[in-house]
Amino acid sequence: MVKVGVLALQGAVIEHIRSIEASGAESVVVKSVNDLAEVDGLILPGGESTAMRKLIDRNRMLAPLQAFAAEGKPMFGTCAGLILLANKLVAYDSAHIASLDATVERNSFGRQVDSFETKLSIKGVAEDFQAVFIRAPHIVEVAAEVEILASHEGRIVMVREDNILGCSFHPELTDDHRITKYFIGMVEESLAKHKNL
Amino acid sequence: MTNNLTGTDRVKRGMAEMQKGGVIMDVINAEQARIAEAAGAVAVMALERVPSDIRAAGGVARMADPRIMEEVMGAVTIPVMAKARIGHITEARILEAMGVDYIDESEVLTPADEEYHLRKSEFTIPFVCGCKDLGEAARRIGEGASMLRTKGEPGTGNIVEAVRHLRKVNAQVRKIVHMNEDELMTEAKNLGAPYDILLQIKYNGKLPVVNFAAGGVATPADAALMMELGADGVFVGSGIFKSENPEKFARAIVQATTHFQDYKLLVEISKDLGIPMKGIEISRLSASERMQDRGW
Repeated sequence: MVKVGVLALQGAVIEHIRSIEASGAESVVVKSVNDLAEVDGLILPGGESTAMRKLIDRNRMLAPLQAFAAEGKPMFGTCAGLILLANKLVAYDSAHIASLDATVERNSFGRQVDSFETKLSIKGVAEDFQAVFIRAPHIVEVAAEVEILASHEGRIVMVREDNILGCSFHPELTDDHRITKYFIGMVEESLAKHKNL
Repeated sequence: MTNNLTGTDRVKRGMAEMQKGGVIMDVINAEQARIAEAAGAVAVMALERVPSDIRAAGGVARMADPRIMEEVMGAVTIPVMAKARIGHITEARILEAMGVDYIDESEVLTPADEEYHLRKSEFTIPFVCGCKDLGEAARRIGEGASMLRTKGEPGTGNIVEAVRHLRKVNAQVRKIVHMNEDELMTEAKNLGAPYDILLQIKYNGKLPVVNFAAGGVATPADAALMMELGADGVFVGSGIFKSENPEKFARAIVQATTHFQDYKLLVEISKDLGIPMKGIEISRLSASERMQDRGW
């Protein structure tokens, strides 16, 4: 069984843990560099990206997270997690983990009163995914090698670049585990690939 | 043509789910808000005065001047919450119109209605409310609260009441979960709780919304204690900006909340913090000074 970690510094951790377990993989709560070494893939949950970044720095986890992605291990960021993964942020001079070749704009759908849920068609995953957007970011532009998996009202909201998956919304707030299963599939592929090397 | 749904339970409760494991800090201006954000706060509560100053000032405490909320909203990118008086429909609508992210229908302010709380389900903006026990928690959820917090005793820097309230709610939730369904209606009567909310708690094994600790958190160890007891996160009111070194206290409380069971780390982050806010022994408060008794 593959081991999928959830970065547990702050945010909707338990929802992802439940979804991983419901999808037939083993879950690990990742709070430190040692925990990170245990897992085959990592989910960066929804929460507040600014708070998570402070805690990543105080735990000296930034370089290990970047190395994790560089080794080809799958990472999946939802909302705040997407912000952590992007290599360019609108109105900011620097990015965070910067492993996804995309420009992301924070809070780009408005404040909390503008938060919404809607049905999305996601390439290769689902035609009718109930997606919950909370003070959500969106993906302004992507490099040529990044595949766009979903858009909403002309804005890119889900992408994949090789081993990196990111979305603007919160699959963890629904009982629909199809995206988690898709990500676990990526983790299984990456393990098989490394075995064959 | 859009099929976007705003203001649903999932969207309102989900916003609070994203705050879990984090610290929400009271601030009274843009400068304090920036300090809170830099320390790793997940949200700020914009106020005219922190609870300990409300206590000291006396008189009627009301919603803050909208200018303060605007200033704070312009200064930070994290969510901004604000307080409305219990039952004050218009203060809540004003805050909603301003676009603050969350409203605290709060006993820290002087209640506007001594009989009825807000019908929070009618609003697009989500609400957080205080509770001392499960009856109160379930009534607030029944009215549409999307997030709960313990009442504690605000502005005292004394954790004892928050501990009492969190333990009580969690013990009562455990009791409901293990109760026979035949017994649930009588329990609803005894608690003064809506039956359908208790039924949801029984079958989900937990409250349907997150429950943060609030009202008396003054040190990193206080924050970690509340997490240990099962809080989903922590509000710190006067504890940060009434301490000797707000930046350090804020950072330490954020770290303690995430790593609440890493006791060696708690040793390190509790060192050399300077003087915490001065506390108040609860028994020294007169009945009229107890904010936790406001709300019904």
